[in-house]
Amino acid sequence: MKIAVLCSRIRVEEKLIFNEFERRGIEFSRINDDEVIFDLNRNRYDYDVVLERSIHHSRALYALKALNDAGVPTVNTAYVADICGDKFKTTQALIKAGVPTPRTMMAFTAESALEAIEQLGYPVVLKPAIGSWGRLIAKVNDREAAESILEHKEILGSYHHSIFYIQEYVDKPKGRDIRAFVVGDECICAIYRTSEHWKTNTALGGKASNCPVTPALADVCIGAAHAVGGGVVAIDVFEDNDGRLLVNEVNYTMEFRNSIDTTGVNIPAHIVDYTIKAARS
Amino acid sequence: MTGNCPECEANITLPADTVEGEIVICTDCAAELEVTSVNPLTLALAPEVGEDWGE
Repeated sequence: MKIAVLCSRIRVEEKLIFNEFERRGIEFSRINDDEVIFDLNRNRYDYDVVLERSIHHSRALYALKALNDAGVPTVNTAYVADICGDKFKTTQALIKAGVPTPRTMMAFTAESALEAIEQLGYPVVLKPAIGSWGRLIAKVNDREAAESILEHKEILGSYHHSIFYIQEYVDKPKGRDIRAFVVGDECICAIYRTSEHWKTNTALGGKASNCPVTPALADVCIGAAHAVGGGVVAIDVFEDNDGRLLVNEVNYTMEFRNSIDTTGVNIPAHIVDYTIKAARS
Repeated sequence: MTGNCPECEANITLPADTVEGEIVICTDCAAELEVTSVNPLTLALAPEVGEDWGE
């Protein structure tokens, strides 16, 4: 079986995955996205499965598309990367599948975005449709802030900052949200991310602690994973003031370094198991 | 394995299981460095975070 891992920077997660392959004596090769060349007309790639771990969304998306079109199974698929890499597409997929998600609006000009914000009611969260690690996400508390941020985005941002993705702000009564890990049809573990800041990303200093996977949490998270096409995904979930679980977003090249010791679950082992099962025979 | 920080020239020692492409932090100047080769060990300043980087 020819297994490859598509990667760029080798983060802690990639090292853990490599170690898991090596511990089992499974050979794999690395595809460095700085160096790889896809011969599109030849359309043949000599892999039985490719695990995608690139840090670049755009490279991951195109590489996965090339591989899938040539019949190479990938974890995750190009379809999943396309949906999860774009917050608008993720929200659409969740709504279509009936998975609870915060109320969200989309508009294309600063004027219409302001109108949408006022309809939602302050505070709201403005997000670039494409982006990660909480970058350039703004909590907008009043009309004056809305006007300034919209002007900045329109004038200083690239074109995709003028696709305004506007989400209701979900108050976090316990100062935390949930990051749950789904592999295939199983929610394998979850963490609480607690922060005094409204952004709870562990990349921004949110503290991780174990979150029990209740049947309700598993149900919502597996629903969200299936809604975006399934595979190995990490689901960000809010608990609102009424105790409802709302899926905020789904990550398709998940980071998990803070979640192995916290949950006691060997996440890279699950990823490797899933990758082997996904390989073509 | 040992090498030098391209920013401050500090001597940097890395564990034997270090791999190419790994990101390390210089303990002297805190610069983020990318391992560009392991034999011999060479280090370069890691690129700035790109707009499409993430998980």
